[in-house]
Amino acid sequence: MEKIIVCLKRVVDYNVRIRVRPDGTGVMTDGVKMSINPFDEIALEEALRIRERGQAKEVVAVSIGPADCQQQLRTGLAMGADRAVLIETADDVEPLVAARALLRIVEREQPGLVLLGKQAIDDDNNQTGQMLAALWNRPQATFASRLELDGGRATVTREVDAGLEVLSVDLPAVVTTDLRLNEPRYVKLPDIMKAKKKPLETLALASLAVDAAVRVRSLRYAEPVERTKGTMVTDVDALVAVLRDKGLLN
Amino acid sequence: MARVLVIAEHDGTHLNQSTARCVSCAAQIDPAGADVLVLGADCTAVAAEAAALQGVARVLTLTRPENAAALAAVFAPQIAAVASGYGYVLGPSTTFGKDLMPRVAALLGVGQVSDLMGVDGPRSFRRPIYAGNAVLTVEVPEGLTVVATVRAASFRPAGAGGTAPVEALATSTPVPAHTRFVELRTGSGSTRPDLQTARIVVSGGRGVGSEANFALLYQLADRIGAGVGASRAAVDAGFVPNDMQVGQTGKIIAPELYMAFGISGAIQHLTGIKDAGLIVAINKDPEAAIFQVADVGLVGDLFQVIPELLKKLG
Ligand SMILES: Cc1cc2nc3c(=O)[nH]c(=O)nc-3n(C[C@H](O)[C@H](O)[C@H](O)COP(=O)(O)OP(=O)(O)OC[C@H]3O[C@@H](n4cnc5c(N)ncnc54)[C@H](O)[C@@H]3O)c2cc1C
Ligand SMILES: Nc1ncnc2c1ncn2[C@@H]1O[C@H](COP(=O)(O)O)[C@@H](O)[C@H]1O
Repeated sequence: MEKIIVCLKRVVDYNVRIRVRPDGTGVMTDGVKMSINPFDEIALEEALRIRERGQAKEVVAVSIGPADCQQQLRTGLAMGADRAVLIETADDVEPLVAARALLRIVEREQPGLVLLGKQAIDDDNNQTGQMLAALWNRPQATFASRLELDGGRATVTREVDAGLEVLSVDLPAVVTTDLRLNEPRYVKLPDIMKAKKKPLETLALASLAVDAAVRVRSLRYAEPVERTKGTMVTDVDALVAVLRDKGLLN
Repeated sequence: MARVLVIAEHDGTHLNQSTARCVSCAAQIDPAGADVLVLGADCTAVAAEAAALQGVARVLTLTRPENAAALAAVFAPQIAAVASGYGYVLGPSTTFGKDLMPRVAALLGVGQVSDLMGVDGPRSFRRPIYAGNAVLTVEVPEGLTVVATVRAASFRPAGAGGTAPVEALATSTPVPAHTRFVELRTGSGSTRPDLQTARIVVSGGRGVGSEANFALLYQLADRIGAGVGASRAAVDAGFVPNDMQVGQTGKIIAPELYMAFGISGAIQHLTGIKDAGLIVAINKDPEAAIFQVADVGLVGDLFQVIPELLKKLG
């Protein structure tokens, strides 16, 4: 195939313990480390491996969000993407809006495959890939832990509740990644230098004529109800006694 | 007519318990009851199970050979066609629902409320974000169909005793042929209680050390009638199959008793067990994060604790 599109979302790094703003308007992101969504790194790694096997010619990374997303796109270019597209907007982007914006890029680029993460670890929505596939009227294979290309088809192993499901889909298709698909490579310093020269195009979301009306409104953020620290027991007898006392074991 | 449509999850013979949980979520939205939609190549047995749930107004079936496997691309257009008559379309927040429901929402031109964990009002819902580190209250504007996946652990299954009528719907919606089901490889294939419905779950982490050592956990599980889960590290290391993973990207469970052996308590793991009744942690490291959330903690070596437990339990 000619092209693979990979979606890279800028999110709070997975190691950061986030805090809710006291006024409930969001979570604190000032000065917090931002990264590529971990599932998207896996998506990019998979695309690069496909290209390196000679099964695709070009890998295009796409991000939707504020100008700062350029950092994550540059990281993606340093990992090995050939070029990048930033769809710029200052507003929060719902999955349906992201999918509609991505559809515009897909229509323009005509990729054989679109790879996304199965979920963004900030909003935990797990929607965008499925929505893009619906709007594009193409196959979807979500939660992929193995992806094989064979001519005009992909065979995808999916992580489902019952085990592993294998699907065969016609290309072009949308595939979303699970954690066990691969281990993303580390970026090397010379690659970071090289990435600075790779093309990064910016388009205003507003210029894509995408319906961005709010469909799920965020009203308020709250801290979860925390579980309180319990008690420590010193031996197995005490443990068994507690469990029997609560009627959990006989 | 019911205003809430629940999409049934099943394996061809039995209704998945997540559907009964969606029905009880639906009852909080509209006490008048929900319609349940079953798609399949033969819906008879599953429809009968759905009809016996309390709070179900009608069971609707879409029977056709293309519905033999639950392919989102095939199901979504059929569901979207039926959904036009409803204000709400609910599916479970399982891999079945997560795969399918966003495709339905996109066809309807609406958003989706993922992992719905609480109903605050007819259009206002709570859901976890940031791996459960925050809870977001969302509102769906008037006039838009509410599409949601329901977090099973947050709702009790609807009880038995219903006698809803079953109606077969006409199946004229065109469906694509670009997606084919090849096979399902069930991981553990065990006869132990299902992780998501088990009353007790025994779980092992990297500390268990090997696939062979997991035998100890299975032994304990069989003694106390528990399901067996694992951390991602244990799955990645190949100790157990992927369908046993508990956590943000595995299964979210709410057993009455959760026993974690050799699990450090990473936030992504804890997300999966927050709703458990009682969390017991056994870890040899007194500083392990899991002790911060465990109701009962025991600092110890699991290779001593489990055999001792087995002995004491007889
Ligand atoms: C995007 C993302 C999603 C993730 N999703 C999940 C998820 O869904 N579920 C999940 O579990 N993880 C998930 N993880 C991984 C998570 O961050 C942790 O890496 C993982 O949970 C660690 O597993 P563990 O506790 O078994 O291993 P470790 O952290 O290595 O802990 C092993 C523990 O075993 C103890 N131990 C060792 N030997 C013994 C012994 N003999 N007796 C008693 N105790 C012993 C040690 O003291 C230690 O505390 C995710 C990570 C990312 C980035
Ligand atoms: N703003 C965005 N920019 C780039 N990719 C995105 C964006 N939003 C979602 N995605 C992609 O869609 C996946 C699922 O996101 P979500 O549906 O929000 O959980 C992510 O892992 C990304 O690959």
